[in-house]
Amino acid sequence: MREVAIIGIGDTRFGELWEHSLRDIGMQAGLNAVSDAGIAGEQIEALYIGNMAAGSLIDQEHLGALVSDYSGLSQLHIPAVRIEAAGASGGMALREGYLAVASGLHDVVMVAGAEKMTDVTDEEIPMVQMAGGDQQWEGIAGATMPSLFAMMARRHMHEYGTTREQLASVPVKNHKNGALNKQAQYQRAITMETVLKSPVVADPLGVFDCAPVSDGAAALILAPADAAGKYAQEAIRIAASAAATDTLALQHRESLTRMDSVKVASTKAYRTAGVNPKDIDVAEIHDSYSIAEIMSIEDLGFFEKGRGGPATLEGMTEINGVVSVNTSGGLKARGDPMGATGVAQAVEIARQLRGKADKRQVTDAEVGLSLNVGGTGGTSVVHIFRRA
Amino acid sequence: MANPRYWRENPSRYNLIGKRCENCGTVHFPPREICPKCRRKSIGKMKSHKLSGRGKVYSFTIVHEPMPDFSLMKPYIMAMVEMEEGVRLTGQIVDCEPARLSIGMEVEATLRKLGQEGSSGIIRYGYKFRPR
Repeated sequence: MREVAIIGIGDTRFGELWEHSLRDIGMQAGLNAVSDAGIAGEQIEALYIGNMAAGSLIDQEHLGALVSDYSGLSQLHIPAVRIEAAGASGGMALREGYLAVASGLHDVVMVAGAEKMTDVTDEEIPMVQMAGGDQQWEGIAGATMPSLFAMMARRHMHEYGTTREQLASVPVKNHKNGALNKQAQYQRAITMETVLKSPVVADPLGVFDCAPVSDGAAALILAPADAAGKYAQEAIRIAASAAATDTLALQHRESLTRMDSVKVASTKAYRTAGVNPKDIDVAEIHDSYSIAEIMSIEDLGFFEKGRGGPATLEGMTEINGVVSVNTSGGLKARGDPMGATGVAQAVEIARQLRGKADKRQVTDAEVGLSLNVGGTGGTSVVHIFRRA
Repeated sequence: MANPRYWRENPSRYNLIGKRCENCGTVHFPPREICPKCRRKSIGKMKSHKLSGRGKVYSFTIVHEPMPDFSLMKPYIMAMVEMEEGVRLTGQIVDCEPARLSIGMEVEATLRKLGQEGSSGIIRYGYKFRPR
């Protein structure tokens, strides 16, 4: 296996991009990544696109051909495929691109993620999100994705004494970071009072505990690390790529207060990269719900089980804290266009490791990690990145 | 959810019939043909097993933003219930004031209407839970 590097990054702003279609934003993110890498379209040998639900959201499948076509690559006839693993689709697409380059099959590939969610009404979104869980045995009873995370939150509060304020400190921090990110959906800070008084979605979780509905796209160009020096940008090495699965339904997990897929994928990734949790300077974590970030920073080994809530409230995960978590604003403030999220996480880590993260730059960031989760933890994808 | 997709599960959903692995004794619901603990050793040894219907609340939430088919019920109580047999089920709790809810509360399964296909479609029935 060859070492693989990110040589180009690109994204669109996340949010309600009413005037842009899925093909517009997929093309724009890809173009930005190609231009960032300083390569020509002919150099791209394959395309992997993360997307969760275009079939439900815009009645469009076959996104490999679509994005390749509208990126101007149709006459090059490259292989292009859409990768789906619910909310972890983007991370899985990155892993497929990584494997293609690592194996020697391809030299230069594009990994993209895109989702167009605001073409349907808000009422339709819970059904689409719940497709990442078990519709047959959870959804049919009336369970929504936020209700499943709410039941995790209640167990976490029951078992570890996690408080409502500790949960709320996650979106407060992530909005503070999002305010520093020009690509974020929400670029304004919020107070704890705002979170605590927001309308209930599934108690104890309110609107501000949940990531928003977003449009957006992100893209990466990957190449073998030993050739990375010949491209325009400082290359960022992918030191590990690991994925793991678990039961589809939350009801079949041994515990509701941890995600074993996160533990398994991160343990493998740390071993491959030869690093420990304490070596991670900056991390993009899947905060689809506030409780998800708290459980994840525990399951990733940043903090002991049960300490995620207090650590967040005490500021340990703020920029330049013990570990800087979700400097982009995370899913909560940067936005969560589902299939784009995992790719956008890698874009943010690359920006941080290049030292190009503007006002949210983590000082001397050398090692970064991304965690992309599908459903309630049915899939987790962990990548570790280093300055080359 | 299209009719055939829940219709074919009705015998198990109506009667709480799961499977018991004769190799390790674990009870599974919904029915599975392979026990995740025993894998190969369990093939051919998964026997139908009817749940007692009794259990305790393992976790719960009150849903205020439901999927469209459930909008008339909101707010409603969703719970995860640990059955006497050890397996957990996801279902609503009915006939219960939210203030009474607690982790560990004893409940029993009851056959109720879960929803229906569109505004005039076939009715879906299945289990919910009520205080015992």
